Amino acid sequence: MLVYTLKRLFLAFLVALTVSAITFSLTYLASDPATAMAGETASDADIEYIRTLYGFDRPITVQYLEWAGRAIQGDFGESFYFKLPVSTLLFERLPVSMILGVCAISFAIILSIPLGVLAAIRPNSFLDRMALGISVVGQAMPSFWLALLLILIFGVNLNLLPITGSETWKHFILPTIVLGYYATPAIMRLTRTGMLEVLGSDYIRTARAKGLSLPVILFKHALRNAVIPVVSLAAVQFGFMLGGSIVIESIFALHGAGYLAWESIGRNDLPVVQAVVLVFSLFYIVLTFLSDLLNAWLDPRIRVG
Amino acid sequence: MKRFVAASALSLVALASATPAALAGKADDTLNIVWERELENVDSYFNTAREGIIVSRMTWDALLYRDPATMEYKPLIAKSYKWVDDTTLEFELNEGLTFHNGEELDADDVVFTYNWVADPANGVKTQRNVSWIKGAKKLGKYKVQVMLKAAFPAALEFVSGAVSIYPKDYYEKVGPDGMALKPVGSGPYKVTELEPGRKIVWEKFDGYMQGSPKGTPTIGKIVQRTIPERNTQIAELLSGRADWMWRVPADQADRLSSSGRVQIVNEQTFRIGYITMDASGTTGDTPLKDVRVRQAISHAIDREGIVKALVRGKSAVVDSACFPSQVGCTTEVQKYAYDPAKAKALLAEAGYPDGFSIDFYAYRNRDYAEAMAGFLGQVGIKTNFNFLKYAALRDKIRAKEVPMAFMTWGSYSINDVSAITSNFFTHGKDDLALDAEVKEYLVKGDTTVDLAVRKEAYGKALNLISEKAYWLPLWSYNTNYAFSNDVNFTPTSDEIPRFFTASWK
Repeated sequence: MLVYTLKRLFLAFLVALTVSAITFSLTYLASDPATAMAGETASDADIEYIRTLYGFDRPITVQYLEWAGRAIQGDFGESFYFKLPVSTLLFERLPVSMILGVCAISFAIILSIPLGVLAAIRPNSFLDRMALGISVVGQAMPSFWLALLLILIFGVNLNLLPITGSETWKHFILPTIVLGYYATPAIMRLTRTGMLEVLGSDYIRTARAKGLSLPVILFKHALRNAVIPVVSLAAVQFGFMLGGSIVIESIFALHGAGYLAWESIGRNDLPVVQAVVLVFSLFYIVLTFLSDLLNAWLDPRIRVG
Repeated sequence: MKRFVAASALSLVALASATPAALAGKADDTLNIVWERELENVDSYFNTAREGIIVSRMTWDALLYRDPATMEYKPLIAKSYKWVDDTTLEFELNEGLTFHNGEELDADDVVFTYNWVADPANGVKTQRNVSWIKGAKKLGKYKVQVMLKAAFPAALEFVSGAVSIYPKDYYEKVGPDGMALKPVGSGPYKVTELEPGRKIVWEKFDGYMQGSPKGTPTIGKIVQRTIPERNTQIAELLSGRADWMWRVPADQADRLSSSGRVQIVNEQTFRIGYITMDASGTTGDTPLKDVRVRQAISHAIDREGIVKALVRGKSAVVDSACFPSQVGCTTEVQKYAYDPAKAKALLAEAGYPDGFSIDFYAYRNRDYAEAMAGFLGQVGIKTNFNFLKYAALRDKIRAKEVPMAFMTWGSYSINDVSAITSNFFTHGKDDLALDAEVKEYLVKGDTTVDLAVRKEAYGKALNLISEKAYWLPLWSYNTNYAFSNDVNFTPTSDEIPRFFTASWK
């Protein structure tokens, strides 16, 4: 188990390295960082000046190795754009993305797993149809549209909730609903399918025959098995929510790390792009790892095997 | 289902009209402004953004002030100025001025600022704002001289704008890093809170100079927040949590305006659009080398029609390669009216009766670019349209890979032809015309202080550019400003919103 874990960690490190090398070269190829930094009004001389000042005139491999060497020591350098240490920026922006991600995935799980279970108990009933409806709408509705709709209703007309910023918990309500709702259909459908399969199996029939109550059968025996693929899916969805909430962060002016990365790509702010991509890929790696552990805990067969 | 959709649409409309009273900032004397861009740095020497110019005019003063209505230079920190010779400016300073931190403002601060920014080692980001400065020297406690590297008549544009005066003692102590987080100036508003890129809070500076051409600030507090999404900005404005926004697209401006809940004011900007054409053939053998082809393109595009249908607002067609208010800009040049028949005739004359194919690039306003491509198609010119990011397109142009592109230029709010025409037609990397005569006239205009001589020289250059159709100047741009009904605000054509002149109704 230890060797296995170490191997996985080493692989994870290689993945992170590859991701960072690819991002580095892609951002570099997209356009000249000196031109982008100098801005629209810059003259040739300005651009050349910036090019030498930041060392963009050196070979890209040298620039990458220099960055990677410092990153290993935890120094992500300084943002070209903000002239602030990248670690300061990350420290400022990551918490917002984390809070939003945790809230959204919790919202999605709390909404979708009970719905999935209910739908599975009585397939093709009104309840099942309703759950199906909710999931279809969630999948079909673009999140920016839902976001604007909620802003219009709760922010402008009812004036109940703040729509921009991240100062209080109230600021997170609307973004959480929008982002969480987006992940709901997949989790719900998977729970439903898993539950349907498990509920038809022999051991559940045995449990019923023993005279166990419905909640015990459902939540202690059935769900535990049905939820295993859901855990893996939720982990991936969570990773996606951390990094992929650019649209939501932008609409609700949350100034999180996803939006920071997105903007930094446009500004050719390489140190920031690099650091954010690296941090997010690490998140993904850790999350998949954790979901494996969680599955192992849920299912002894995985643990033993 | 259909009925359900209709019902929810109806209820949305009903909701939208049953709006509660706005929570205006007027009640607590706070003007809430929102914009899209994350400003990288509030230190005016270390950003290239227009929002940075707004911040700098609020927080700092310069030696002079360009009146946005008359374009005259008025005394600000300096009570008077004179040209000693072509390369020396002398300023007499106002007495008794102070910075926000109580530091006195005198010749030492002015001399320090000019010398500091002029030194390339200090890394001022927009070098063109300061690269004309040789240095400054103190002649007395309230008297300074600024020396220029060469005769540069547009210098006063920078003296009255970009070159903000910094407090010597403070800046020496904290440097650009400190200034970026705790800015100190002598302008009408002082920064009291700052979250880089996200939020700036200003309070009225009670010690601000009397009789400033910028006026006396009346609004107590101004809070700026960055909201990247325009629809969210509009929602904030409608719900009263924001009092001011800008750059509202024309269609949304119409709707906001008719709602009656906010004011919409449109104003022109210095930015103009143009089509650049490879007349010199540096990008390879192209039909554009023939002046008749370039003239045909100029006649083929209905600029008036595009302005009316798409650009709208106060925008107008421009015929010369500059914004009409700029010093040295003449509109008395050859004009190309929309005339597809003439365009076709010119093309036939040039040997392209069936037209030709050409690469056409753009980086903004895809709709305008597509409309132009459509007009060109009607006279037989087939365009391979490419839409790129600004930096990428500019690199491509400079690498001589772009025969024809739709570009725009805002002259960084400098009211002088040298900021646009000379920027593009003096054989720099963006110059695809490479006309020696045009260059000669422009250089003459750029290096002479005598206004009459400048106007004549620029006039000749602009006429040549137009006759030979090196550029097709398109139209001026405009900006829609939307703000609360409680606010008095007047936009200006230099596109620098001045909140220190705003007031409550």
